[in-house]
Amino acid sequence: MAKDNHAIENDYTPLAYDPQYILMVNRLKKYFPIKGGMISKTVGYVKAVDGVSFNLRRGTTMGLVGESGCGKTTLGRTVLRLSGGKSGGEVLFNGQEIYDLSAREMRAMRTKMQIIFQDPFSSLSPRLPVGEIIGEAVREHNLVPRNEFNDYIDRVMDNCGLQPFHKDRYPHEFSGGQRQRICIARALALNPEFVVCDEPVSALDVSIQAQIINLLRELQERYKLTYLFISHDLSVVEHISDSVGVMYLGSLVEYGTTDDIFARPLHPYTAALFSAIPIPDPDAKMKRIILRGSIPSPANPPLGCKFHTRCERCMEKCRYAAPDWIEVEPGHFCACHLYNDAAADARAEEAVSAARASGAVPEAETEVL
Amino acid sequence: MARKKQEGYLSGREARRISRENRRITNAFEKRRKRKNVPESEYRTTMRDAGNAVEFDDLHTCFFTDAGTVKAVDGVSFEVPTGKTVGVVGESGCGKSVTSLSLMQLLQRPQGQVVSGAIRLNMGDRAYDVTKAPNEVLQQIRGNIVSMIFQEPMTALNPVFRIGEQINEVIELHDGEGRSEEDVKARTLELLEMVGIANAGGVYRMFPHELSGGMRQRVVIAMALACNPRVIIADEPTTALDVTIQAQILDLLRQLKDRINSSIMFITHDLGVIAEMADYVVVMYAGRVVEKGTADDIFHHPAHPYTIGLMASKPVVGRRTDKLYSIPGKVPNPINMPDYCYFKDRCEMCVAACSGAYPAQISLSDTHKVSCWRFHGEEERS
Repeated sequence: MAKDNHAIENDYTPLAYDPQYILMVNRLKKYFPIKGGMISKTVGYVKAVDGVSFNLRRGTTMGLVGESGCGKTTLGRTVLRLSGGKSGGEVLFNGQEIYDLSAREMRAMRTKMQIIFQDPFSSLSPRLPVGEIIGEAVREHNLVPRNEFNDYIDRVMDNCGLQPFHKDRYPHEFSGGQRQRICIARALALNPEFVVCDEPVSALDVSIQAQIINLLRELQERYKLTYLFISHDLSVVEHISDSVGVMYLGSLVEYGTTDDIFARPLHPYTAALFSAIPIPDPDAKMKRIILRGSIPSPANPPLGCKFHTRCERCMEKCRYAAPDWIEVEPGHFCACHLYNDAAADARAEEAVSAARASGAVPEAETEVL
Repeated sequence: MARKKQEGYLSGREARRISRENRRITNAFEKRRKRKNVPESEYRTTMRDAGNAVEFDDLHTCFFTDAGTVKAVDGVSFEVPTGKTVGVVGESGCGKSVTSLSLMQLLQRPQGQVVSGAIRLNMGDRAYDVTKAPNEVLQQIRGNIVSMIFQEPMTALNPVFRIGEQINEVIELHDGEGRSEEDVKARTLELLEMVGIANAGGVYRMFPHELSGGMRQRVVIAMALACNPRVIIADEPTTALDVTIQAQILDLLRQLKDRINSSIMFITHDLGVIAEMADYVVVMYAGRVVEKGTADDIFHHPAHPYTIGLMASKPVVGRRTDKLYSIPGKVPNPINMPDYCYFKDRCEMCVAACSGAYPAQISLSDTHKVSCWRFHGEEERS
């Protein structure tokens, strides 16, 4: 492979800020280099997030679903600038490109955007009492005067269903649901506008899950929060989200309102994903689409459409040309050749003939392990 | 001091007294278990119904910890009919895994012991009570007659041996008599193909880390099926997997069940998976069976408030609700269980009798049984 193959393409047209959207993501890329050889030179990239675009309306919840390893969490961290630099594209938070901010400005911005981590058992420091876990950042950012500090923390804890006497206890004294409440209180103590919820309920039991989901919704209504809700549990996502993005191998394959996506899934992957949800009714008979194999390696994604190796409706052009991101219905986007318009079809045909001419060979039908 | 007592504080002296007492109890159990040449009559028993593969009869399994005795399984009775799938549902810590480990006799010993009750296992021509059987007999039972599919396929496989070697070992150990090395290998390849691995020869030579989660779980299933067991315990086999892979594995298990005609005891906390797989459902809460019946009974006519709450608290695709029902409160402390109904403190359908003793099981129909005072007659309540 030639050296310049390792340069990352960064083609995007800058977005104009639209105030109804709190977060605008435009062809965002996050690649992790694979180092190899004697002098640790970059031999390739794991394309964890590869050209993702979406706009998140103020005060709504966007669900992000997909299999494990498809880049959901990396996307969540990248829009918060938590995993170093981006590899391409732009992230506008309230119209401000967050990757252009200096460290000091970014620090001030952090109070506006928070994250609730997946595992409440490892994301709380075992050596700090709960009051300190929740209050540390508040004090650090000087959000409240010192004499009101204790009252403020009590109020935040009360909002999240924690008792004031919990303040002096340590995380190990709490159950999973209570710990998740601590994580939520920690995020909300800073009065954020935007919260990334990274699988906040997947480590919890069903009855506790319901408590946490209800709490998140209550808090959203009270403080007009915007959530990016990452989960692999589709029924939870349907319950909590206003819009849903479906990710596959680093890219969004479909994005639309929850009602649209669940009623009329367009992309074959979305259809297969939704048909795999078990329904708690023994009489429910449904046509299940069972996907073969598992998700390919993001270090070496298939040529053309990334899903073509497992797709039921794979066509010739899917093997060579990556599909465009098309607005099929108003507000309902999809990246699949099935929904191409004439212009997109022409581009696809061009790409197919160009790929054939350059001698590119699509992957043989091998079993994916 | 009084507050500390409430929170389960133990003084050093008290803790030492408890552990001394525990050691005395567990040593007696261990001594009994380690005896040699136990006559068969001691653990031979008869099934209550010859059509059952396993019968749990008033099983009590306790863990003797230094903080006190935990009754992890507290009087559990249910049957696994031959050729059927029984789903066991409940939240974490409700004793569903401990029930299955009691059947395998793989409890964390010496702390974990079956204290009383029986688990009758149908061996075809005779029946054994596995709680009384000595170790040599159990060695014959595990793998051959009862086998287990574990939750976490990565930890269930040994990372330093190739897949083929690990499955060969199972066959050699339990079913190896009169088999040559080639026979064993052929059987392993056959098993790998049976669980839907197309490239069986390649996977035979691979290490577990080279496989994806779904493929690993297939290997673990192949291992569990190696000796054609009569009972398969599937302990949350799909919890660690993605929905699409979960659909593959559930589909595979359903196909296999029809082919090998064994019974499956399916443990999970996901009601959707249970509805899809199980013929009979057992709902457990805090170490006890609160409700059991056919899948139809449980899903269409749930009777126990816990079952009803569990169903309402899970969002279902296609059924939009504004607010999810959430069961208030939390599971009682397992060391210090109340003497009334364990669910009373979280229940919103309490009647006066709930403050009394733990409710006995009552039959709503031939198959449907529930432990709740709401269904008992007036005279029993008083």
